[in-house]
Formats: sequence, C-alpha cells, structure tokens
Amino acid sequence: MSAAVLEAGARPADEPWGPMPKRVSIGRIGLYAFLVISAAFFLVPLYVMIITSLKEMPEVLDSNVLSLPLKPTIQPWIDAWLHACTGGDCSGLHPGFFNSVKITVPAVIVSIGISSLTGYALSFWNYKGANLFFLLLIFGAFVPYQVVIYPLILALRTVHLFSTLAGIIAVHTVFGMPVLVLLFRNFYVGLPIELFKAARVDGAGFWQTFFRIMLPMSLPITVVALILQVTGIWNDFLFGLVFAGRDNWPMTVQLNNIVHTTQGVPNYDINMAATILTAAVPLAIYFISGRWFVRGIAAGAVKG
Amino acid sequence: MAERKRKALPIAAIIATIPLMIESVGVYIFGIGLSVYFSFTNTRVFPSYKFTGFGQYARLWTADIWWTAFKNIWVFGFLSIAANLIFGFLLAVFMDQRIKQEDLLRTIFLYPFAMSLIVTGLVWQWVLDPNYGLDATVHGWGWTSFHFSPLVDARTAIYGLVVAGVWQGAGVTMAILLAGLRGVDAEIWKAARVDGIPMWRTYLFIALPMMRGAVATAVVLQCINVLRVYDLIIAMTGAGPGNATMMPAVYVLQMLTDRQNVAQGMAAATMMLLPVLLTIIGVGVYRLFAGRKAVTA
Repeated sequence: MSAAVLEAGARPADEPWGPMPKRVSIGRIGLYAFLVISAAFFLVPLYVMIITSLKEMPEVLDSNVLSLPLKPTIQPWIDAWLHACTGGDCSGLHPGFFNSVKITVPAVIVSIGISSLTGYALSFWNYKGANLFFLLLIFGAFVPYQVVIYPLILALRTVHLFSTLAGIIAVHTVFGMPVLVLLFRNFYVGLPIELFKAARVDGAGFWQTFFRIMLPMSLPITVVALILQVTGIWNDFLFGLVFAGRDNWPMTVQLNNIVHTTQGVPNYDINMAATILTAAVPLAIYFISGRWFVRGIAAGAVKG
Repeated sequence: MAERKRKALPIAAIIATIPLMIESVGVYIFGIGLSVYFSFTNTRVFPSYKFTGFGQYARLWTADIWWTAFKNIWVFGFLSIAANLIFGFLLAVFMDQRIKQEDLLRTIFLYPFAMSLIVTGLVWQWVLDPNYGLDATVHGWGWTSFHFSPLVDARTAIYGLVVAGVWQGAGVTMAILLAGLRGVDAEIWKAARVDGIPMWRTYLFIALPMMRGAVATAVVLQCINVLRVYDLIIAMTGAGPGNATMMPAVYVLQMLTDRQNVAQGMAAATMMLLPVLLTIIGVGVYRLFAGRKAVTA
C-alpha cells in the first residue's frame, strides 16, 4: 500500500486512473480533475522531501525542488542519522530517535493501562461523584497546554523529575489520559451489561472482571488507543522541549535544532533526510494501520 | 438492583479511579488555579506568591508583541479554519460521488495528519524557499511573474502558515465530514432529485444542515488546534520575520523560558484559557436551558 502511494507521489497526474465512467460528462471530468489536483497538492511536499534528500548539496542548489535527482545518493540519509550537527554536537539524529523510543514506549503503556482501568471503573462501577472527575477531565482535553505547563514544572521539580526521562513520561501520561479515558469509557459502556452481570453472578470481583473479561474484549479499542498515543507522543514537540531535558530530547526537538542551527548555507539535503526520518515512524503506522488510523482520529476528534 | 450495586461498591473501584481524581483535581483545578494566581504576582523564574494585582495584565495589553500575537491568532484562525472547512467539505462532497480509488485518495488526503507539525513546518519552509523552492521552480518553467514565497515577508508570512496548516489538517476535516455525509438519510437524495433540486443545492442547503454534529466536531477540533498553534510557528518562521508571526502560545513559552518572566507568561496563558472557559460555560448553560440532553460526549 505504501509503495503504491509513494509511486503515485512521484507522478500523481500522469496517467488517468479509476475506471472509465460510462458517460464521460463534463462534470465527471471536473470531478476527477479537482480530486487529482488536490491529491497533487497533498503529495508535492512528500515528493519534494524525498527527492531533495536523494540529491547532493551542489545539485540541490543547482536544480529546483521538483526536478528528479541526476545522481541519486543516500549519503544525506547517512549524514542525517549519524553526523548532522546541533550546535557543537555532531552525532546526527539517532540519539533523538532512541530518546523518542524510550519516551514513547513506556508512556504509551502506562497511559493506556491507567486509562483502560479508569474507563472500566467509570462505566461499570460508577459511584456518585466519579462523573464529576470525569467531566473535569473532559474539560482538560480542551485546555491550552500553556495554562498547565508551569505548575507541572514546579510539581516535577519538587519530586526531582523535571528534565528526566521519568518526568516526560509522566507528562505524556497526564495529557494522554483525557482522550484515552473517554475512549475506553465509551467502549465499555457499549458492551452488553449482561456480560458484566454474568461475571458478577459467577463471583468475579472488580479486578477479576477487568482482567479476565473486559481486558481481552477491549483489543480493538486498545489498537485505536495505541495508534493515537504512539503518533501523538512521537510527534510531540512542546512537552519534549520543556520537560525532557537536553539529554532526553525527542526526535522532533533534535530535528528542529538540526535544521535551525546550521551556519552558512543550510544542508537542505540532510535536513530533508532528517525530516523524513522523523516522520517515518508515524507514517509507517499510518500506512500499515489504514482504516484503524482514521478511526483513531475520529475517536480523538470526538472529544466533545 | 442499582441500590445493591452501590452498596456493593468496592474499594477497588475507588482505587482504580485515584489517578483520575489526582489528575482532574491536581492538574485541571489546582494547576490552572495556580497558573492564574501567578498572573497576579511578580514571579520571574522561581515562584513568588505575593499578590501584586493586575499589573501583569496592564503590561500584557500594552505590549506590542502581545497585540501582534492577538491579531495574528484571529487572522490565522479565521483564514485557516475557513480554508480548512471549505476545502475539507469540497473534498468530502467530491469523494462522495461514488468514485473509484476512494481508499487511495483518502490515504493521500490524510497522510499529512500522521506527521508532526514540526515536520510539516520544515517541509513547507523548504517548498516555499524563495531561492530554491516553488518560486524558483515556476520561474524555471518560464512563468517569471509568478510569486509565492510568503515566509520571507513580514506582511505575508502568516499566509504561508495557513497553507501549511490547511495541508496538514484538511484531510481530517474531509474524513469527519465524509462520515457525516454518509450518515445523512439516503431518502433525501431521491426526494431532492424528484423535486428537481440541483445537486449542489442539495449538498449545501439540505445535507449540510443535517450533519451539524460532524461540522461542529470539525470546527471544535480546528479551534483547539488554532489556539494551541506552536510547533508549526517554531518550525516554519520562528515567530518571524521580526515578530510578524508571533502567536499567544509562542508568547507564553518565550516568557517561561528566554524572557524568564513567568508571571507575564501566565497572564497571557490566562487570556488563552478565557475563550475556552467562556465557551464551555456557554455550552453548559445552553444545554441546561435546552432541556438537558444526555451528556453522551
């Protein structure tokens, strides 16, 4: 699927595609023209990224952004990964990649774990007052992050977690929870109540019902949550910049530093290779997961 | 039954919701309260709890940079939300014409959303580069009067941001609105055709009002993204040229970091919170008077 898309990226408008309509009306032609031009608009930046990253700098400066590389090279990719400089540090983007992995994996596991449990408690064991907390959390989904950043810095400083890996993981968990709890709660609410009652009759308690019955059934929603969280945390810039600390800066922060700290003529080829590398993980998730991704977006979008 | 359930309320359920309580109260009540409080102090880097009145707000609204940010968010917000909705709606309508390759097109329209706004900003910065980007390319084709490199000019930089923002988000709006369109009762189309109403009018005046929910979702999503816009600015313009593309979120972060003026930053953050708070209160009051529909969220 991804290969097909990339090919289309190179030449979106060259060949007519889709089946021949039975009657070729003006409207039908206009329809496809609009869609193909729109597709070109969406694909051009990806195309530009890829071909720029395959050129050497002299060729970049000598050609335009749309022309195909005459002597394709993967050197910019190697440089971006291993040698690109941020300030005095010339170790490329790979530390950022591993930092992002170290941040994303635990943050995703912790936030999904806590959120599924909370969603379950809210949907089947709802006690008076619990919904009040829940409404507060939904409110949290709309709040601009800038309002809570400073208190979080203070709190993390107090427990000596500011500028640490654990700190940034905690921050991602906090900001992932509103949407995730909503997601899981709505999923569990949709399950038949008989399931829950049957478990109760059989003597299963709170935890048993959760681990033996609800958790195995929530695989589909967990996949959606996984997609949502991995892309969200991988793509985050603001929290990584503020909370992670220099040693743990995620890939997005390092990418931005690499691109914006070069002196003299920027290395556009390396910059674009670095940009693709940073986008690679979420793009791969997107192309592999397909419709699930759309569901994740829809789920994330229905915050209100 | 409900009675028994409540009586049987296990400690476990409370334990399981402790993270929820800590977060909702700790972060969203206590945290926001603290932020608002700091806007009434003279906190620079380390917290100072001495109340000093509305001085920070007076300083905020007399600062040229804040006014720039304030105007920018309206211009950027209006343009990008309008362009996003119109483009997204058109795409949704066109995708709804039983076209083949729908999956491929959907994949193409949506993939930018999978990428971070940093990536989006950096790519568009390169595409719009005045010396090597789109301008130079089109000039090379012979169309020398073509001119579109908005980022280098303080007066036009914001339009470059709008283009990049729409590129990243229009696919999502398309997906949401397409789902809304598919949810509209199929009978409507037949009835409209029988009555001889042109297709475009059916979409605009009959289908669109029937998919209010989807439109509202798309608009809310866009509004949140506009209010929070930070990454895109940093990657694409760095709030420049000069401070031409300053935004409230960038202003707050600058105050927290480089300028080391937390109280001023918190005053700005409080101003960012205000529209959200007013909207939520407005919606809440509206729901209360509109006969309390179920809060399905």
